[in-house]
Amino acid sequence: MDRIPILKLGGALIVTIQVDMHDRLALALEEDLTAMIARTGARGVLLEISALEIVDSFIGRMLVSIAAVSRVLDAETVVAGMRPAVAITLVELGLELTGIKTALNVERGMALIQARLAEEEDGCGGDREGHEG
Amino acid sequence: MKATKAEPPKAETLAIRSGDDVVRVRQRVRALAVEIGLGLVDQTKIVTAASELARNTLDYGGGGHVHAEIVQAGTRRGLRLTFEDQGPGIADIDQAMTDHYTSGGGLGLGLGGAKRLSNEFHIASTPGAGTRVTIARWK
Repeated sequence: MDRIPILKLGGALIVTIQVDMHDRLALALEEDLTAMIARTGARGVLLEISALEIVDSFIGRMLVSIAAVSRVLDAETVVAGMRPAVAITLVELGLELTGIKTALNVERGMALIQARLAEEEDGCGGDREGHEG
Repeated sequence: MKATKAEPPKAETLAIRSGDDVVRVRQRVRALAVEIGLGLVDQTKIVTAASELARNTLDYGGGGHVHAEIVQAGTRRGLRLTFEDQGPGIADIDQAMTDHYTSGGGLGLGLGGAKRLSNEFHIASTPGAGTRVTIARWK
């Protein structure tokens, strides 16, 4: 079965979704990511979705679910690279990406995750209440 | 011969029986939306609406099909999609249309969301006999 590769870069995991998501692939990704977070102790997950032509409520639910499970395992999820047309459609659809941080592109997404890692190294890691949005 | 000049309106029917079929429906709807010259945002809207409705057909209707046709009204072209299943039907359509109401495990955005993403929306359902949802997006 196809699987989406997960890359580890420092304290972050990076996933680039390049294919049209279907059910089995989405479930496999959630499982693989969860296992990988537990194994590596990653503190951030970057999901790069610039190749996705649509985000419907099924894919949206997958993103929210990945973010929720990651948060329980103490990793923060950033979704990066959403296409403008997808963003417009998502708002009209009424989908809220609860608990997910978003970034315009991979560079800014990594900066968000790096900032969190740096903050915690400085010993300011007490600020853990949800920055949702 | 100018046989190719007045091409007949295009129509096709696609089965919806698996998650892969939902992906296929998205791809065909995208191709038809491009063909009638919809802009990128409108393409994305109709493909997303089609994806929601195809998944409803699969998850709640137990599978079915979608009839996709290019339609013409005067000089305007549009894309009309009719999703049909012979599933359990919907007893309370108003309730089913409400955002965040779901009878299954979904987010409950499918019907209301598809309506917001379309220029036309029509739903007919008979409990025990099935559901038919028609949407259209005009250029």
